[in-house]
This record gives sequence, C-alpha cells and structure tokens, in this order.
Amino acid sequence: MTMKPWVWGWAAAGLAFVVTLMLTSGRGAGELAYAALSFGAFAAIVGLGQMLVITLGPGNVDLSIPACMTLAGTLALKTMGSDPNTAFLGLAVALATGFGVGCVNFLLIWLLRLPPIIATLAASLIYQSLAIWSNRGLRIKPPEGLADFATGRFIGVPNVAWVALILAVVVWVILERAVWGRWLLASGQNARAARLAGIPVEAVRAATYLSVSVFAALAGYLLASFSGGAALNMGAEYLLTSIAVVVIGGSSIAGGNSNVPGVLGAALFMFLVVSMLNSYGAGAGIKSVLTGTIIIAIVIAASTRRSRQ
Amino acid sequence: MLARYRILLPVISLAVLLCLTFWMQPRAMSYFGLNLLFNLAVPIALATIAQMMIIMVNDIDLSLGAFVSLVACVTATWLNDAPLIGALILLGLIASYAAMGAVIHTLELPAIVVTLGMSFVWGGMALFLLPTPGGASPSWIRTLMTIKPPLIPMAVVAAILIAALTHILVIRSKIGTVLRGVGGNTRSIARAGWNVTALKATAYGLSGLFGVLAGMALVGLTTSADANIALRYTLLSIAGVILGGGEFTGGKVSPVGAVIGALTLTLAASFLSFLRLSPDWQIGAQGAILILVLTARLLLSRKGAAT
Repeated sequence: MTMKPWVWGWAAAGLAFVVTLMLTSGRGAGELAYAALSFGAFAAIVGLGQMLVITLGPGNVDLSIPACMTLAGTLALKTMGSDPNTAFLGLAVALATGFGVGCVNFLLIWLLRLPPIIATLAASLIYQSLAIWSNRGLRIKPPEGLADFATGRFIGVPNVAWVALILAVVVWVILERAVWGRWLLASGQNARAARLAGIPVEAVRAATYLSVSVFAALAGYLLASFSGGAALNMGAEYLLTSIAVVVIGGSSIAGGNSNVPGVLGAALFMFLVVSMLNSYGAGAGIKSVLTGTIIIAIVIAASTRRSRQ
Repeated sequence: MLARYRILLPVISLAVLLCLTFWMQPRAMSYFGLNLLFNLAVPIALATIAQMMIIMVNDIDLSLGAFVSLVACVTATWLNDAPLIGALILLGLIASYAAMGAVIHTLELPAIVVTLGMSFVWGGMALFLLPTPGGASPSWIRTLMTIKPPLIPMAVVAAILIAALTHILVIRSKIGTVLRGVGGNTRSIARAGWNVTALKATAYGLSGLFGVLAGMALVGLTTSADANIALRYTLLSIAGVILGGGEFTGGKVSPVGAVIGALTLTLAASFLSFLRLSPDWQIGAQGAILILVLTARLLLSRKGAAT
C-alpha cells in the first residue's frame, strides 16, 4: 500500500503552517489560516484549470492565465462600475470574457496548429493590450455587496475558499466519475490510441482550453473583488503558481494523470511557505531563492518516490 | 517542407518588416538608423541562442529571463568592482546551468518545472545583489558594445558573427550534430555509446554561456542593471526560436533562423512605434505579428507537403 501522492502536498502545507505558528509563538493562527485559505483559493482555482490542460499531454500548457485573469477582472469591474446589485452582471461579463479567451486560444491551437505554448503566449499579449486599453489607469471599486462576499466567511471559512472547494469537487466528479473525464485522461495518455478508440479528442481539447480560461476569469473576478479593484499586474504571479501547484500536487507534467486534492494542498502550501519565510523576517531576495529551492526539492522528492515504486 | 527551406520564412519575414519600416521612416535607412533599430537585438539574439540550446535537446527553459537579469546584476556590480571574483561568479553560473541539465536528465525531472523553480532562485539572487536599480557597466564591455565599425553598424555585425559562429557550432561541428541527435532520438544516441547525461549537461552549459553573454551585452548597452531588467527575455527567446523555424521537439533548430527571429522581434517593436500606435496596443500588436508569421509558416509548410 503506497501513500496517495496528494498526501504530500497537504503534509507540507500542514508543516509550513505549524512552523509559521512556532515562529510567531502561536499568535495569529486564525488570521494566518484565513489568509492562507483566501489566497490559496485563487491559486487553487487557476491551478485546477492548469491541471486539466496539463493532463492533455506533453506540450499542453496555458500561459495566458495571468492575462485572462486581468482582462476578466478589469472588464467585470468596469461593467459593474461600483453600482450595487450588479454583482451577477459582473460575474456574467467575467465568465463571458473567459469563454471568449478560451475560444481564441483553442482556435489558434486547432486551426493554425500552433504549439499551445506559443499560441497562448502570443494571444496573451493581445489580451494584455485589451486590458491596458480598457483599464486606462482607473481603479474602480467593486460593488460593496460583492466586496463583502469576497472577503467574508461562512462557518468560519472564507467564501472564496468555498468557491474553490465546490469547483474542486465538480472537477473531481467530472474527472473520476464522468465519461468526459475518462476521455480527457485517455487523450492525455495516448492521443492516437484515444482517437482510434473513437474518443472525440479535439472536442475534449476544446472543452479543456475553454475550462481553463473560464476558471482563470472566475479567479480574476474574485481576486479583483477581494483586493478592492483590478490592477494590471494582478495576475502576474499566477503563471508560475498555476504550474507549480499542479506539479507539487502530484499530477504528472507529462499528462494523462491528474490529482485534484493535491492541487488544493499545494495551493495552501505555496502561500504558507511565503508567509513562513515572511515571519522569519527574510528579505525578498532570500525568500524567492528559498521558494524556488523548495519547489525543486519537492519535485525531486516526488520523482524519486515514483521511480522506487 | 525540406529542412533547407526552413530558413526561408524567417528571412522573408525580416525582409518584409524591414521594407515596411523603411517605407514608414526612410531616415532609418542609414548607418545611424540601423544601429538604433537593432541596438537592443544583440542581447536578445544571444538569449535566443541560449534558449535554442535547451529546445535543441527537447527541453524548455522558463528561467532564462531571470538568469540573464542575474548575470546583468553580477556584471554591473562584481565584474565591475572586482573583475576576478566577478568572472568566477559568472563561470559558477555557467557550471550551475550544466549541473541543472545533468540533474534534469539523471532524475528524469520535467525541465519546465525545474527551470520554473530556478527562475525564483535566480530572481532572488539578483534581488539580493541589487535591491534597487544601479551598478555600472565595466568600461571594456561598454566600449565593445558601442564600437562603430566602418560601413555596417555594430549590431548588424554582431548578429552576423553570432549567427555564423553558432551555425558552425550547432550544425557543422561533431558535438553539435550529436547534441541535435539527443533531441531527435535520445535512445539511439545512448545506444551509440554516448553519455547522454554529459551531453545534456553540455547543452545546458552552452545555454548558460550564451545567457551570460546576453546579460553582459545588455549591461554594455544600458550601463546599469536591475533585478527585473530581462524578465521578458524568457518569452522573447522562446518566440525567437520558433519564429526562426525551430521546433519544440526533435532537435530541429536553426541558429541562423534564431538570430533572424530575434532581429524580427526587435524590429517589430521599432516598427510599431513608427506606426504611432497607441502604447496600449504595442504589446498586443507584437503578439499579432507573432501569430501572423506562424500562420504564414503553416501555409508554406502545407504547400511544401502538397508538392
């Protein structure tokens, strides 16, 4: 009986949490948990999307996530214009933006046969321009009700964490219990075999690239509401984070194998590592070096564990 | 499409873009104008070659931008103040790139993730060295980068030199052929008795070497450095390799094409500013040009397959 790969992400997150609390001698456990669950939620939402894309197999990765988050957040806040009772209109605009971005990405990959890395990279430059053009340096505040929802909690757990959890359960059910999930895994393991077996591989790819963009748009919408406005660089850190949580979470970077609970644990871990280093009082440079070292150490540990099995 | 025609499209795209630029701004058609247009191309071309070395062995380097930034910071501080220690640090950085390649191959790690992690490490070290922008370029690098050869501007001469040297290294030399073989079929290279770990380390080491050269050239042009100076080079270098006719797998790369791809990307930025495009759209237009060229490549390769 081997350990499930997702245990490690959660164990590492728990360890980072305990160490941080020891450094602050137990003060602020509630605040730390709240911050970790909130920021972890954004990383988890984009991480779930990235996981689906990476599951599609080698070469599949979405580099347009940050641009999509920024564009969706900006357009949604601009539409709402701080008016109360427009939260759902804003959500619809954000999700529609994500849908559009996903369509463009997939059309570039499918019609022009561009490698996904290049297609999403080139397209993300265009989304970025769109966001700059529509933002114009204005910082529009989200409507009050929406801001309260994004920063509020329900039974002690931040609302955004509930959103991430619900999304994770839906993704898990689709992957593990629905035909579509089986198709996705089969396409990722061997696209040719999947096609010969009658699986609509292109449709699976389309749905996957649409989902990742819609997830990113949702994360952008929530993040903009959470932090009181959309900023042009708000998605920047989520490019690396989204890929890192997938790998730390125990999904295979070569595709064909995904791990939903692992992504959640890794998302918490990524935030907790940074706050652990913060409470050490480490400078920005050292913090970054240690974060990188820890990511690589986990990848090495995960790979040697796999090869021993 | 035959391999020998692989180089055609990059050449045509550069020529078309160059003609358009001259048409928009005839004054660019001079020694001084060309120098201005292509000045920043030298570090980008070197970084693109660095990325190409990694893509040649079927991996991808997402840490290159952070690495070039770190090199720029080392060049502007240590190499300027204490040249010996500075040179040792830079050699150490090249060695750590080679070690990264060996580790990635031996432990069968995904390069995309390891380089992603390393980008944090390089970025953190750069921030540690230069928390605020500053430093100064060593005068000899400055002199080298601003040299004015007769007739042809320095940037163009440098690009031709880089292209010629790397062409000999990657396409003509024995080691280059074997390295491309690693990308084409790793197993058969291993069966032929080569030590693949050493070969991968060589490819990564070469990438580190060109990354170091890119950082030094960049400081020679900008005369100072900061920790984020070259972060966009990661994406630029990948785009440059692909624009130059390279492919992500199979060891199919073209050094001459990569240099031309880097020149095209640099020129695209200048061209867009001549168009008086609102700055909002500059980044987006670069993306559009990238998509356009790749679409042209698709059409060409279809035609090639049909005949």
